[in-house]
Amino acid sequence: MPHRRVSSVVNLPPFQQLLDLHGRDVHRFLVATVGRVDADDCYQETWVAALRAYPKLRDGSNLRSWIFTVAYRKAIDHIRARRRAPVAVGAVADTPSAAATGPPTTPDEDLWAQVRGLPDKQRTALAMRYVADAGYDEISAAMGTSEDAARRNVHEALKRLRTEYKR
Amino acid sequence: MTISDQIEQELRSGAPAPGELPDVSEAAAAAGLLDVAYATLDSPVGTLLVAVTPRGLVRLAYLDAGEEEASVLEQLAATVSPRVLAAPRKLDEPRRELDQYFAGRRRQFELPLDWRLTRGFARRVLEATARIPYGGTATYKQVAGEAGNARAYRAAGNALGSNPIPIVVPCHRILHSGGGLGGYTGGLERKRVLLGVEGYSGLKQP
Repeated sequence: MPHRRVSSVVNLPPFQQLLDLHGRDVHRFLVATVGRVDADDCYQETWVAALRAYPKLRDGSNLRSWIFTVAYRKAIDHIRARRRAPVAVGAVADTPSAAATGPPTTPDEDLWAQVRGLPDKQRTALAMRYVADAGYDEISAAMGTSEDAARRNVHEALKRLRTEYKR
Repeated sequence: MTISDQIEQELRSGAPAPGELPDVSEAAAAAGLLDVAYATLDSPVGTLLVAVTPRGLVRLAYLDAGEEEASVLEQLAATVSPRVLAAPRKLDEPRRELDQYFAGRRRQFELPLDWRLTRGFARRVLEATARIPYGGTATYKQVAGEAGNARAYRAAGNALGSNPIPIVVPCHRILHSGGGLGGYTGGLERKRVLLGVEGYSGLKQP
């Protein structure tokens, strides 16, 4: 039997399908990593960046990991930009964390504030694992790490949360 | 429950997401990345899927006539661009003109058309069809002739059967030479309704 020729033209599904399938998880992931206030902007930036690159994709087999790669990078960009941004004078003095997380915090917000305080890789891996219900294979594909590293990132993140949680 | 269990459970329940996700199509359009915008709309002839490109109306499909929304969108992704997004507001103009048409208040569509899904003889047949005035009809032979080959009326029939923009490109105005209805992609009942909207009364009773 002749070797099956791999077509160079990938048959990509209509982009709307990605949005329908993964939009909610991507948004939850972004709320977890950048906070509720910035999540909406980050979400739009993620999908516009993905849409821009989409027709040139050469592999249409793992679109979920791909869209999380885009979201992960946007989240990191956002967090770095925010750290560089000067604190607005006179804006909600004394409670910088309230300014970052926005609306009144629910009890859960404690935990999420701590998640957002984790190092980039731990925060991303943890959010993908628990918020987007991703497997380690997906996390490693999205973050460009090995599966072992993905597992380790989640493990380290949990360990850190345990020591800091509700102290 | 240990602290670890508690943490994992809270993480799983996740940060609460808003009921409605932020819109992406507007930002996509602003960035010039909305290659195909589509919406579904209700009409007297059933649910229609309507798709536009920056050039104009590219596709109109009857959703229950053996065509699923997913397969219409897949075709558009494969033939026009994979940048296909639901964008109801981009479809305001087609929706308005179609509503007016079905209400009997519009005799001519002014929407720009994107003809890229047709070519060659089929394209010429459909262009000839688009010139048949409201309330009028023509035969398969006549549009084949207009397209350059009166004997190719069967090919003309095929071209009309695969019209990517029915209603607006009025393939329902093409009848058999004897006045019989002929065929229609969306089913003959729809053809009758459309001719009725236009006040055409020359139909033979079956």
